[in-house]
Amino acid sequence: MFEAIAFYLFAILTISMFSIAVLTSQALYALTSLAAGMIFISAFFFILGADFLGAVQIIVYTGAVLALYAFGMMFFDTTRDVVEKRTSPMLVFGMSGMAALLIVLIFAAPIVSDNIAALYPVQEGVGNAQAVGMVLFTKYLVPFEVAAVMLLVAMIGGIILAGKKMDTSLTLLDEDKSPLSVETNEKAAS
Amino acid sequence: MDTAYLIETVIKIVILLLVFSALAGFGTYFERKVLAFMQRRLGPMHVGPYSLLQIAADGVKLFTKEDIVPQNVVGPIFKIAPVITAATAFMAAAAIPFMPSFTIFGYEVHPIISDINVGILYILGVMAIGLYGPLLGGMASANKWSLISAARAASVFISYEVVSGLSLLAPIMMVGSLSLIDFNNYQAAGVGSWMIWSQPVAFVLFVIAAFAETGRTPFHLIANDHEIIDGFGTEYSGMRWGLFFIGEYANMFFISFVIALIFLGGFGDGSVGGALALLGKVSFIFFFFLWTRAAWPDVRPDQLMWLCWKVLMPIAVVNIVITGIVMMF
Repeated sequence: MFEAIAFYLFAILTISMFSIAVLTSQALYALTSLAAGMIFISAFFFILGADFLGAVQIIVYTGAVLALYAFGMMFFDTTRDVVEKRTSPMLVFGMSGMAALLIVLIFAAPIVSDNIAALYPVQEGVGNAQAVGMVLFTKYLVPFEVAAVMLLVAMIGGIILAGKKMDTSLTLLDEDKSPLSVETNEKAAS
Repeated sequence: MDTAYLIETVIKIVILLLVFSALAGFGTYFERKVLAFMQRRLGPMHVGPYSLLQIAADGVKLFTKEDIVPQNVVGPIFKIAPVITAATAFMAAAAIPFMPSFTIFGYEVHPIISDINVGILYILGVMAIGLYGPLLGGMASANKWSLISAARAASVFISYEVVSGLSLLAPIMMVGSLSLIDFNNYQAAGVGSWMIWSQPVAFVLFVIAAFAETGRTPFHLIANDHEIIDGFGTEYSGMRWGLFFIGEYANMFFISFVIALIFLGGFGDGSVGGALALLGKVSFIFFFFLWTRAAWPDVRPDQLMWLCWKVLMPIAVVNIVITGIVMMF
């Protein structure tokens, strides 16, 4: 019974949080409710007994939303409303059609899931983290390694893109040599 | 799930909330006194004997102060930010075993709210959410210094989460579990089996990261005192600001418990002496936080980032690799 109460509570909370994230025009509301929704989702993992995935959900997705916050800080005045441009009514029409289709699929999903049998039953006496580790390093070894390589590539790419001028420190540079003052000097000269 | 379990859990949660809210108040008193003695002052002396009632005076002041929500702030976010700081600090405590289990009136009590088998991961994750408090507080206040402070807080927290996570990996590899009770039982044999002797590097790294994540003084950039304002908390007054404070001090206590449980043997074999020893260790680590504040100046933001990414993180990775090699052979 407690599981049912917890499920419905967190289902309502999650859906309302994500609705706020979509419907509001205030960047801070959207980001905060997105983060809250991501955290509420972890409750479902805890209810299902997948503690490890629940904790990972909290850590990974709060970190991801945090990156959005960082961009929000740079691009918007977050205390003002964002004025959206709604250009094409066709887009709204298409999107709402897609949403309707999606709802039908969601309600049809139980028919499919009746036919699904668990091929990898939970082993007795094995902790959560160990169980995830076993599956990762046997059945899903190749996808896991490929994902690791992709992340490595992304990391090296990021370092190369960001690190072009990293060997000169802007703080330690002489004032007349810094890129900012060069610009002003040129303006003054011309 | 029976009713007794439910009642027990609710009672444990209420006790935890009351005890650690009160301890947060006492923490400020100890901080003032310790700082004062180290700087050859007396500290607060007027309210009661040795100013022990200062906490009550502070509490009355915080509760009765006018609650100001300035113009142009984003109201709901501004109001919810302090709650996030305090709430996440207490949520993290759900997986911390504060004492060995004991029997009272023939009923066995486990002084841990929920022994989930990924305890340490959960604690780190929930403490990481705590950074939304300063971040949202700074971004919702219509104040440029608050915003700068929020950006600084975000960068410090994200960076040092990497260090704290990586430094804990090596002890986790040795214990083979993420539950703090398993950590404690691993070191139950006595002082010789404490994790600090087999993982000294991880201990030092985790303590440094703990200073950064609780925003204590060598890394007190979150509310940078040098700017004469209070960082993200500039626009806050009264109990809203008080909630930030409670969150910070509760976090200090909880991270002290985590350090004591992971590296310093925890409550040992579970006897009364072991429980007292755990309280002693936690008190010392808390004192160490205050001691460092009295002894060290703040570092600059660029030094902080340099320390994190160019010094601590490589050391943590090397530590993990060496631990792995030693465990394999």
